[in-house]
Amino acid sequence: MNSKVYDREGIDISWCPGCGNYAILKILKQALSELAIAPQQLVITSGIGQAAKTPHYLRTNFVNGLHGRALPVAVAVKAAHPDLTVLAEGGDGDMYGEGGNHFLHAVRRNPDLTHLVHNNMVYGLTKGQASPTSLPGFVTPLQTRGVSQEPFNPLSVAIALNAGFVARVFVGAFDQAVTVFKAAIRHRGYALVDILQPCVTFNTLNTYEWFGTHTYPLEAAHDPADRQAAFARACETERLPLGIFYRVEGQKTFEEQLPVYRDTPEPLYRRPLDTSRLQALIAQKRGL
Amino acid sequence: MTTLSEDGSLNILLGGAAGQGIQTIEQGLTHLLKQAGYHVFACKEYMSRIRGGSNSTRIRVASSPVAAPLERIDLFISLDREAFERLSPHLAEQTLILGDQNQLPKHPGLVHLPLDTIAEEAGNVRYAGSVAIGAVLGLLNTCLEQLDDYLRQQFADRPTALIAGNRVAATAGYRFGRQLREREMLPTDLRRLASVAGDLLLSGTEAIALGALAGGCNFIASYPMSPGTGVLTFLAQQEEQFGLVVDQTEDEIAAVNMALGAWYTGARALVSTSGGGFALMGEGLSLAGVTESPLVIHLAQRPGPATGLPTRTEQGDLELALYSGHGEFPRLILAPGSLQEAFSLTRHAFDRADACQVPVILLTDQYLVDSVGNLPALDLHNLQPHHHIIETDKDYCRYRITDNGLSPRGLPGHGSGLVCLDSHEHDEEGHISEDLTLRVVMSDKRRRKGELLRREAVVPQWLGSGECEVLAICWGSTLHVLREALQRLRDLPVAGLHFSQVFPLPAETENLLGRASRRVVIEGNSTGQFARLLQQSCGLAIHRCILKYDGLPFSVEGLARQLRTLIESAEWPLEGGVKNHEFKGV
Ligand SMILES: Cc1ncc(C[n+]2csc(CCOP(=O)(O)OP(=O)(O)O)c2C)c(N)n1
Ligand SMILES: [Mg+2]
Repeated sequence: MNSKVYDREGIDISWCPGCGNYAILKILKQALSELAIAPQQLVITSGIGQAAKTPHYLRTNFVNGLHGRALPVAVAVKAAHPDLTVLAEGGDGDMYGEGGNHFLHAVRRNPDLTHLVHNNMVYGLTKGQASPTSLPGFVTPLQTRGVSQEPFNPLSVAIALNAGFVARVFVGAFDQAVTVFKAAIRHRGYALVDILQPCVTFNTLNTYEWFGTHTYPLEAAHDPADRQAAFARACETERLPLGIFYRVEGQKTFEEQLPVYRDTPEPLYRRPLDTSRLQALIAQKRGL
Repeated sequence: MTTLSEDGSLNILLGGAAGQGIQTIEQGLTHLLKQAGYHVFACKEYMSRIRGGSNSTRIRVASSPVAAPLERIDLFISLDREAFERLSPHLAEQTLILGDQNQLPKHPGLVHLPLDTIAEEAGNVRYAGSVAIGAVLGLLNTCLEQLDDYLRQQFADRPTALIAGNRVAATAGYRFGRQLREREMLPTDLRRLASVAGDLLLSGTEAIALGALAGGCNFIASYPMSPGTGVLTFLAQQEEQFGLVVDQTEDEIAAVNMALGAWYTGARALVSTSGGGFALMGEGLSLAGVTESPLVIHLAQRPGPATGLPTRTEQGDLELALYSGHGEFPRLILAPGSLQEAFSLTRHAFDRADACQVPVILLTDQYLVDSVGNLPALDLHNLQPHHHIIETDKDYCRYRITDNGLSPRGLPGHGSGLVCLDSHEHDEEGHISEDLTLRVVMSDKRRRKGELLRREAVVPQWLGSGECEVLAICWGSTLHVLREALQRLRDLPVAGLHFSQVFPLPAETENLLGRASRRVVIEGNSTGQFARLLQQSCGLAIHRCILKYDGLPFSVEGLARQLRTLIESAEWPLEGGVKNHEFKGV
């Protein structure tokens, strides 16, 4: 499938020139087209932030909802219509800050969806405050003495919760990113892709160059089935490994465990009410 | 005392600690008495704890339909001293009290019924509840046969010894009750009707949950909070039979966002909660407003602020339901007044949400969800829900501008179009827009749906005579208390008006209010929230409020007394109404 099927012509994109989001949009369209997912079969849910505007910039069904709340919407969409391909997309503040609780519990449910987090280590849209992933010492108009808190480590948290697919990519490594996106979307169950992305306007610390020198690909010998090793690699902070840290197949998904899909994948909207069963249930209330 | 009071009912009060089985006795008695042909109505008040404390249940037994609690107690069964001490001041001289005289203080009305001892003799002190059930059945001269069936059902998967033990205990209680009956300790003229035996027996919670199923609900996402949890639990138990998706979410914010996602995908989702949880959903409600997403939220009220009185009742969250969510958007608020309405309006809520693409708030309270009563039937016409959705074409626009404000609603994956929901202000396709002219167009479009909700509103119910000087107005769960109170005020020029659609107020509201020169609003809160809303929206004065906010429901006599005092007093103003800050009880 040609990635042009996702293009929206003549749109006004509100990202800064040089923003890493452009690369993410391109990676996403490339991965989707290589997987031949029709826009009609795709739903992207997002929150609020520069990252969360992404679904407006490609042809897809979407719910651009509230800051931090993309995951619950995504879980429900998938649970109501399991044949759809569902992505939840947003920034580091959106997904790890405001929506942190949903992140933990989405992993626990294991819905078959892909969680894409644009991690620029800053709040872009609100003009440069620290995010949960900002590095210690990062000075902002609000963190005037520099960030002092331990950065949130999404990968180690996801691995601790036994998420079935945990990966990190960098927008500067296009081919690897496309490969990882595809694997994440194909993975049956919850898949996290933390996407390192420079914010050219509000993060002068974590620049393209900084990411270039502070990242490296996980070596081919890394075994993604090894949870201990994955956890150890996720805890590295000097230089950040890129690739698939952890992957387990065959975990039961949220939808697979719903009795409503035991016999048929038919989406909920196509199922009529069993009126005679309801009448019988009501009639039971006539007896003892 | 051998004949019934004018209200034609016998009123039983059960009191005891949590864990003593009051619930079991209530359940047994309401089922068995209904099955015997009596009309029944029960409601309860309890403390927020699992063991101990002091709880009570009132059961009204009558020969004609009953749907509201009385103050008067004819029979009090006290399971412990604390219940006795707390509840006996509310008893009348002629109240018959049953209980163990070795456990309870001396009282002239007390007849010794050693529940525990009899239960122990039958094999286990835990059969005490069956002794109590037996005693009431004996007093009311019903046969014991049904009890066997009932016990067999209750203990279906338990050892048969348990059934036998309970039966022995109940029979002993029954013999005791028959003796009291012969001594005419209670009225004996209560009639049974064969037709009532076949009635439905429902709690408010069940009526709402069944109404949800009838409304096509197939998705429920909620976080437990009393008194809203029951609906979630009931539906969870129907998960397999009705093909429901049930999820206990991590918090209420997740619940409301999941419900929105489910509706977006074509499911019909419900969220059940109470005030605290609903407060957390404020932003989600606003999201439903701007995205024009259908949504149904059951808000079962309990007294606040904050944690308040978790297990008591109040109508204190009307303004929360009215004003929660930032920005301006239409919403529908329905407040059922009876078990019948709890069913039909919940069903209606799903249809309205879908048809008008708005959030619908179903406003109930602890009193209503926990009350139990019999009714001949539910309205089951056209049971198959009608879905208001279309198959999209490739030019589909989710927010197409139309005359009535409604844009045809498509679903993702159903047709060749794309369905785009946006929380920002957006264009017809659903994409972010800062075109300020469009902003006004979209705002107007959303508001037009509100007009639709007003035009097609649930009509308020007029109670009593058409001619009146005074109009007593109520909303939600107080319907039947007012109805019955008015029956005691036939000598006065007063009628009643009940609203079960509290927002938007029906178009005929002003006319109806205008039929009387003096208006009093009755509600279960301390500031007169509905009175304020009425006064604001129809420009007609509300002259007085009768308010109750002690965590308990209104009683028929209490309300009748307050209304009589008010109507007979020369003091209340004929002109001008009261200022908002002047609303107070009489
Ligand atoms: C409930 C709520 N709180 C705060 C905001 C304001 N807000 C919008 S985006 C954002 C943070 C954006 O950071 P991030 O999610 O990292 O996205 P980025 O812009 O960096 O891509 C905040 C705080 C909001 N929209 N809603
Ligand atoms: Mg960010």
